[in-house]
Amino acid sequence: MTDSIAAPPGDAASLHRSSGGPLERIQHTLHRYPTLSPALVLVLSCLVFAWASDGKFQQPFNLGIMLQQTAVLAVLAVGQTLIILTAGVDLSVGTAMLLTHMVVAKMAADHGVPGVLALALGMVVGLLLGAFHGGIVTKIGLPPFIVTLGTFYIYNSLGLRYGEAQTISKEAIGEDSLLLWTSKRVTWGEFNITAGVLVAIVLYIAFGFVLAKTAWGRHVYATGDDREAARLAGIDVTRVLISVYMVAGFIYAVGAWVQIGRAESASMNAATDINLQTITAVVIGGTSLFGGRGRLTGTLIGALIVTTFTQGLKLSGVDAYWQNFAIGSLILVAVALDQWIRKVAK
Amino acid sequence: MKNLSVKRRLVAVAMTSALVLAACGGDDEETAEDAPTAETAAAEPTATADAATAEAGGDADGAVGVSLILKNTSNPFFVSMANSAEAEAEALGVTLTVAAGREDGDTDSQIAAIEAAIANGDRGILITPSGDAVIPALKAAREAGLLVIALDTPPSDASAVDITFATDNYLAGQLIGQWTAAKLGGEKATIAMLNLFNDQVVSVDTQRNQGFLNGMGILDEYDPSGNGKEPPTGSYSGGEYEVVCNEPTNGAVDGGKSAMETCLSQNPDINVVYTINEPAAQGAFDALTAAGKADGAIIASVDGGCDPGLRLVADGVIGATAQQYPGQMATLGMAAIKQLADGGAAPEVTAGLDFFNTGVALVTGEPMEGVESISVEEGQAICWG
Repeated sequence: MTDSIAAPPGDAASLHRSSGGPLERIQHTLHRYPTLSPALVLVLSCLVFAWASDGKFQQPFNLGIMLQQTAVLAVLAVGQTLIILTAGVDLSVGTAMLLTHMVVAKMAADHGVPGVLALALGMVVGLLLGAFHGGIVTKIGLPPFIVTLGTFYIYNSLGLRYGEAQTISKEAIGEDSLLLWTSKRVTWGEFNITAGVLVAIVLYIAFGFVLAKTAWGRHVYATGDDREAARLAGIDVTRVLISVYMVAGFIYAVGAWVQIGRAESASMNAATDINLQTITAVVIGGTSLFGGRGRLTGTLIGALIVTTFTQGLKLSGVDAYWQNFAIGSLILVAVALDQWIRKVAK
Repeated sequence: MKNLSVKRRLVAVAMTSALVLAACGGDDEETAEDAPTAETAAAEPTATADAATAEAGGDADGAVGVSLILKNTSNPFFVSMANSAEAEAEALGVTLTVAAGREDGDTDSQIAAIEAAIANGDRGILITPSGDAVIPALKAAREAGLLVIALDTPPSDASAVDITFATDNYLAGQLIGQWTAAKLGGEKATIAMLNLFNDQVVSVDTQRNQGFLNGMGILDEYDPSGNGKEPPTGSYSGGEYEVVCNEPTNGAVDGGKSAMETCLSQNPDINVVYTINEPAAQGAFDALTAAGKADGAIIASVDGGCDPGLRLVADGVIGATAQQYPGQMATLGMAAIKQLADGGAAPEVTAGLDFFNTGVALVTGEPMEGVESISVEEGQAICWG
């Protein structure tokens, strides 16, 4: 940017002139504000759906519903963002959450464990799963993609075995249990959201702060941007990576809590698409799959875009087949855009 | 039996180790290419393990081998089927192999299990097909001389199986449709149709959906090409109707909740909710309650599982449900294969139908004039899950 200012107006090099062109300026702006393009997509898609659904989309009832439908996805996408920021990926985020929520729900349902303890136990389970991922990735050196592909199957199988393929009802969990607090409703007329939505919002504020303002947050970015450089700068890269996976593990448990409230039950059959949806939300939200660049705000917007598209297309009466088509196209555009924006840095 | 299960576990461990080794062997590129195969194999530990066991212990001493291939092992309906089959296998001295897909619609795992059954010299296959993709494999099994029996879900091509043992799902839908029409008593029906899928056509899904609409007096003829064939508005047997939505639920609580929320966003005045099964009905009820619309809404469902199914009927959440009998399907199917293998006659279809009807009954706390039904207590005495 500085050289375009420094360049004399009469510089003959056409290359230089084009670098100051409108396209280049857009590229620079998007590079500086990575959440700008997803935010634009969200606003535009809301406007389009408001028009295409004959006004059903922007009804307060529907807006509240969409926030509720986004809550679990948004929570898990926080963990996914952290891992992708380190140039990793977590394919098992959804099944790890489901396994955790089966443990938590069964503790309450079968053994009468109070909600607080069941939840604490869920946190322990989540942290252990995260430590397991982080351990294999750093100590054995397997790529995160492979590690979590494996654990995806393992957790699904363990969850089904442990849960005996049953749905645990809210009556069994105990309707007054803290576990179902996330299903409690906050209502303003037709607009209503659940406490689970509030949990998601709190999580975003907390981790937004941690990522932006703490040394740990800067280390996460540095590790993802260039691991070798980070190591040379004195950052204990292994420790950072393990801590990121453990934090993601903690978030499995938070997701489990929100999921129990969302479904008002626990079942391994729930949240079928969530593994890939978290990656979708992160990628659409402008976080680079190559690590080191991205914001939680973008992920939140990405998660909202996923719900906006699925619900908006439904309310507009679009055929089910095209709903995934639209999401898929959006992913391709988002990643292509990311590649293009990254060229600025070079 | 105990020996057998120890052996199964050993084989499962051996197979898993082999897989892990295989995965570690290649470089990154190879691993990526191998992924689909590894995936199928990993999803099928039971099938692989059991196939090996049957070869060693089953056919050698002349026992009849039977493969039971389910849609998944996460739905209590199929778990009930597997439990009944295991009990019956022990009683008949049949060597049983149970395999399943990872989820509804996972036909790859089912095809692998069919191929394993053929390779293994099984005498018959009992299968709940997850989709039409299994048809060629089933035909190959029939050509290899196996008796192929579809349970619960008939394949769209009838020649893929020898016979189907199933609930008359269209009748199940009709029963709850007639009950709903009687219960409405002429009131306008604003209907939400909460189906299984919207991205694939499964006969059970379509038959229940259209059976319900036929019972309501909305659809005359059965159209196997999918859901949503009804005119959006018109008149049912008792008055005016409007179908607000056809939404997928995956047959799960959270799917039912999301689907109902979408329907309520389209029209908050819904007073009739058809659901593919009772977990979906539970989710629909939660969404209705949250929106303050649960009072006066009629929920009708199909399945009749003990819990949550009949509990919800007893609680008045579900008005009526059509109960089916998965254990019977597996038990009768296995007996038929054993009988044929022992030189007896092949099973025959129920008169007037193109499959063997394992029975269906309407369970409700509010019996309606002209619609035959049984009480919740009677249903609970014979329920599954």
